[in-house]
Amino acid sequence: MEENVIHIRNLTKKFGDFTAVDHISFDVRRGEIFGFLGANGAGKTTAMRILCGLSRPTEGEGTVAGYDICSEQEKIKRNIGYMSQKFSLYPDLTVRENIRLFGGIYGLGDRRIREKTDAMLDMLGMQSERDQFAGALPLGWKQKLAFSIAMVHDPGIIFLDEPTGGVDPETRRRFWEMIYDAAERGVTVFVTTHYMDEAEYCDRVSVMVDGRIAALDSPDRLKSEFHAGNMDEVFGIIAGRAGREE
Amino acid sequence: MTAIEIKHISKRYGKIRALDDISLKVDAGEIFGLIGPDGAGKTTLFRIMTTLMLPDSGSGTVCGLDIVKDYAGLRRIIGYMPGRFSLYQDLSVKENMDYFATLFGTTVRENYGTIKEIYSQIEPFADRRAGKLSGGMKQKLALCCALVHKPSVLFLDEPTTGVDAVSRKDFWNMLFRIKASGVTIFVSTPYMDEAARCDRLALIRDGSIIGTGTPSEIVSGFPFRLLSVRGSRMYRLLKELRNIPGVISCFSFGDSHHVTYDPAVTDRVRILARLSDAGFGDCTAMDIMPCIEDCFMWLSGRRDVPTAGQDGLRA
Repeated sequence: MEENVIHIRNLTKKFGDFTAVDHISFDVRRGEIFGFLGANGAGKTTAMRILCGLSRPTEGEGTVAGYDICSEQEKIKRNIGYMSQKFSLYPDLTVRENIRLFGGIYGLGDRRIREKTDAMLDMLGMQSERDQFAGALPLGWKQKLAFSIAMVHDPGIIFLDEPTGGVDPETRRRFWEMIYDAAERGVTVFVTTHYMDEAEYCDRVSVMVDGRIAALDSPDRLKSEFHAGNMDEVFGIIAGRAGREE
Repeated sequence: MTAIEIKHISKRYGKIRALDDISLKVDAGEIFGLIGPDGAGKTTLFRIMTTLMLPDSGSGTVCGLDIVKDYAGLRRIIGYMPGRFSLYQDLSVKENMDYFATLFGTTVRENYGTIKEIYSQIEPFADRRAGKLSGGMKQKLALCCALVHKPSVLFLDEPTTGVDAVSRKDFWNMLFRIKASGVTIFVSTPYMDEAARCDRLALIRDGSIIGTGTPSEIVSGFPFRLLSVRGSRMYRLLKELRNIPGVISCFSFGDSHHVTYDPAVTDRVRILARLSDAGFGDCTAMDIMPCIEDCFMWLSGRRDVPTAGQDGLRA
C-alpha cells in the first residue's frame, strides 16, 4: 500500500518581497526515510516549519499526517514527532521528568505516561538512570532518549532537524540505526542533514536550491543522473548552481 | 620552526575533566586540525591557547610567547575566530572592520592586501549591520576581522559547524589561500572529511588526544584490514556482518558498510561466503584503505573507557 503521509503542492512562503520557499511540490510515502537537503539559506527551515504546523504558507496547499497545513495546524502538531540536535531534552530535568513533561504536553494521561515511561526505560536499558539529569547522560544515550521522547505519543511521522550535527562518528551511526528501526516499524522519517554520507541512507532525497526543489529521487538514481560517485558530488553539482547568497 | 607548542595542559571545570594532559606541536606555516566531536574539549583548548583562560597545569607558547606570562604580546600576534559569532551585530560590516583594526592599532587600508580576497566578497554590503548578514557572509566578516592585523597564527574554532557541504569546501579553499600567505592556521572541526585537508592533525575525544600526525600517518597506523561491502538490504546486512567471526566492527559509510576485520581470523572471500550462506548472495566486497573517520572510530573504541565517557565533559 502506497500512501502519502506528506502531500505538498505549490507551497510558497514570502517574507516581504523575499520568496523563501518558491512553489515546491512533493509527496512522502508512509514508512519512507526522506532526506530534505539544501544549502544554508535554501529555504529548508522555512519549509519544515510549515510542515510542522509552526508557520502558515503564503500560497499553496497540502497535508501532513492527513491534516491540512493551513487550517489544522494544531492537529498536525499533535500527530507528528520533532527532534533536533540543538534542542531535544531539558538538561535540568531527570530522565523520568523529561518523559513525563513531553507525555503531558502531548496530552497523554497519567496512567499512560507511567506505562510509557516504564516501557521506554526498559527498551532503552535506562531503568537505573531514570533519576539522573538528562544533561548528565552520555551523548549517545541522550540522543536515544530524545528520539524515543519525540515519539512518546506514537506519531506516524517524525521530523528530525539536523539530528547528528557535531556528534561523534560512532554515535552518529548508532543514531541512524535507530532511524532504520523506526522506519521498519512503519514510521515515516523526514530528516535534514549536512552529512552527505547520511543522504545515502535515505530512501529518497530532495535538494532545495534558492527556495525550489532542484532534484528529488533515490540516492542511486540521483547519482546516475548526475554521473556522480556519491551524494557529496551530487549535492555539489546541484547546490553549486545556487544563485542566491544564503 | 615551531609556531605553537603546548605541554601537558589539563583543565577541569569542577568535577568535569575538560582537558587531560594535552601536548601538541604545530609547525609554522601549516594547517593543523583539531578533530573531534562536540564536548571533546576543543573550545577549552582554544581558549587556553588564545590566553582567554588559564590551564590548571601545563605550559605552552605561541610564536615563542608564553600563553600565561606573555598574554598581552601574544594577543597582538594571533587572530581568533570563536565558534559562536562574536562580532557586534549592531555595527555595520565596515564599522566592525574599522573597530577591530583600531583595537590592534592599524587600519583596514594598511592591511587590505591580506584580507582583500575575502573582504571583496562582503564589501558590497559594507553598510549592512552584521546582525543582518547571512550565515556565510557573517563567517567571511568574522574571518576578515580575525585577519585585519596580519596575525602570525590564526585560530579558528569550528568555523564550518552547521555549514552546508558546498560552503564548507569554499571555506577550506579560503584557508589554503590564507596559508599560502604564510599564516599558521590552527582549526577545529567535528567533520572528519575536513581532516584530510590538514597538513597535520590531532584527534581529540573526552579531553584527550587519541591520535596525531599527518593524515597519511594516522591512516597507516590502522592495525586491521578494512572491507567495503555493498548489497541490496543494507540495514539487515549491517546486522549480519556484525555476527561474523573475525569481524571487529561494522558501520555504515554512505552507500557501503565498512567492515573492520582481523586478517588472522578471516578474509574477504570467507566473509562473502558467510554472507552468501546467510542469504546475502548479492553482496560485493572490496578491500579498501581506511579514512580518517575509520581511524577515529577505531582509536575511540580502543581506549579503555566505558561508553559512559562518550559525552566528553565528564569526571
